[in-house]
Amino acid sequence: MANVSRLSLGQKRELLRQMYLIRAFEEKAEELYAMGKVHGTMHLSIGMEASAVGAIAALRPDDFILSTHRGHGHCIAKGADLNQMMAEFMGKETGTCRGRGGSMHIADPEKGNLGANGVVAGGIPIAVGVGLALKMQRRDQVVMCFFGDGAANTGAFHESLNMAAIWSLPVVFVCENNQYAMSFPVQKAFRIARISDRAAAYGMPGVTVDGNDILAVYAAAKEAVDRARAGGGPTLIENVTYRWRGHSKSDAGRYRTREEVEEWKRKCPIQRFRQRLIEEGALSPEEADRIRDEAYAAVEAAVAFAEASPEPALESIEEGVYA
Amino acid sequence: MRELSYAEAIREALRQEMQRDERVFIIGEDVGVYGGAFGVTLGLVEEFGEERVIDTPISELGVVGAMTGAALVGMRPVGEIMFMDFITLASEQLVNQAAKIHFMFGGKEKVPFVLRTPAGSGTGAAAQHSQSLENWFVHIPGLKVVMPSTPYDAKGLLIASIRDDNPVVFVEHKLLYKVRGPVPEEPYTIPLGTADVKREGRDLTVIATSIMVQRALQAATLLAEEGIEAEVIDPRTLKPLDKETIIRSVIKTGRVLIVHEACKTGGFGGELAAVIVESEAFDYLDAPVIRLAGRDIPIPYNRTLEYHTVPQVEDIVEAARRLAQGRV
Ligand SMILES: Cc1ncc(C[n+]2csc(CCOP(=O)(O)OP(=O)(O)O)c2C)c(N)n1
Ligand SMILES: [Mg+2]
Repeated sequence: MANVSRLSLGQKRELLRQMYLIRAFEEKAEELYAMGKVHGTMHLSIGMEASAVGAIAALRPDDFILSTHRGHGHCIAKGADLNQMMAEFMGKETGTCRGRGGSMHIADPEKGNLGANGVVAGGIPIAVGVGLALKMQRRDQVVMCFFGDGAANTGAFHESLNMAAIWSLPVVFVCENNQYAMSFPVQKAFRIARISDRAAAYGMPGVTVDGNDILAVYAAAKEAVDRARAGGGPTLIENVTYRWRGHSKSDAGRYRTREEVEEWKRKCPIQRFRQRLIEEGALSPEEADRIRDEAYAAVEAAVAFAEASPEPALESIEEGVYA
Repeated sequence: MRELSYAEAIREALRQEMQRDERVFIIGEDVGVYGGAFGVTLGLVEEFGEERVIDTPISELGVVGAMTGAALVGMRPVGEIMFMDFITLASEQLVNQAAKIHFMFGGKEKVPFVLRTPAGSGTGAAAQHSQSLENWFVHIPGLKVVMPSTPYDAKGLLIASIRDDNPVVFVEHKLLYKVRGPVPEEPYTIPLGTADVKREGRDLTVIATSIMVQRALQAATLLAEEGIEAEVIDPRTLKPLDKETIIRSVIKTGRVLIVHEACKTGGFGGELAAVIVESEAFDYLDAPVIRLAGRDIPIPYNRTLEYHTVPQVEDIVEAARRLAQGRV
């Protein structure tokens, strides 16, 4: 935990602010969907905010991430412009991807976010390629690759971890184990207790952390990022957490109990960190409330920006297929 | 006759075949309690148990490989790929293994399975969850490709596919799942390779697949009000293809409009057009064969762009009108 104590008060407040922003963005996303203002589907990371924020806090702004279908949190933590992000979510021309990508495909290359992904594990091999190039180009950046427990059972995961290990690439693999891949629970999907145990099979360090403890997430990520940057190769981190909402907008929740969800809600990563900062005397409850209220206000402003933004022009429909 | 939705018709076919033949089982991601992403297999795990309705990890290649292996030693798996886009991950086992084993083994073994998968846009799911990739598989000898457009066809074609001794790619359409229509209660089959004349007409032949059959029928109703009688043909199975029914219709009308959702370039429409002009129907053509298909772009997220990426009823009406009026 040595490097955790090095976080300044300002940095800790920033972590809290980002978690509130994610929560606010996703609650709004849900509301907009219910109002019929966005179509398609979405995958909310409510309850998992510490995993995204804590891990990305260990990166520099010029480092890269690869995200997932459940990627709003990663995008915000990597510094996305909230207005552009909301505009993308609402399919507007001013969105990060000109309204072509949507929730599941938000990318923000200017901020080092090389994309959410509609395909489970789709980003993992790409992260290896980014790591390979960073090494070839002798750059000191690293790439952090997020994926779920479900993704850890794809061929892409196995091929990619092995390649990153044999070439000692600057990649940090972050598995967000939220207990389910859609309806499939980790108890049925794995014969091992910890997904991070798989790291040993590829010859890289593996660590499992309480993914709802943002400082623990940060500490593990920092160690892995520092190692990668120093040429020490990849790490597999498993953040154990839980998604509060359904898998997507079409989930009837038949595979888990209400009690289980309620139990995890009591482990809210935001409440936990907020409480800790208050107990440490780092923050008064009023200051914490102000951080929260500002986050919700920023999201409202982003919605106003997105709603005032133009739709993509129909004449532009065939643009952008080729570079 | 009793009405069912397209999804219910598929479920009934699965249930009846599983009751009839214990070699039939279901395998795929979230096909158990979740009932599949579109609820098609809802209730089947309760009825047949986890041994015959198997939830898998996210391992599409592994699933189709397991289907291939199981089929080789006497089972008749019905797999589900949650979105057709992810068939890309399974394509090694599907294309290089399952499709070729019967031939490579000199006919000594067979691989009877059905791989069900929903295709198509219109749900706002964007570029990686909306593709129509059927023509890739039409190109592979050894695979059959089926694309039902109605609840009635879905049930009869699925039962025929399960009883077929070859690997069959069974392409469903997300927007069709809730469409209702008459479906007989007893099991029945529609032989693979039989097209259906969904509406008779004298002025032009509209050949459409999947969701486009429904749109072509709506267009035909509107065209009839203008005095244009469109004949709507649904091939139902792209491979094997019932060329005869198509050619007969073209000889009658002399004008052909092909409509599919998949991207125009390299789509099945090119194959249909070639089949027509290579046949005796060529001499009866009064106009060029016209294709109306998806634009050659990934499906955009934005609702309006998505809508205008693939043919809609009004596009079919417009194209058919021009063709019938000799304006092409
Ligand atoms: C290759 C592939 N197969 C199936 C899907 C459908 N799907 C989307 S998310 C998901 C579950 C992913 O589980 P996990 O990796 O644990 O991430 P989580 O959704 O829990 O964040 C599935 C099966 C997909 N998008 N891509
Ligand atoms: Mg998961």
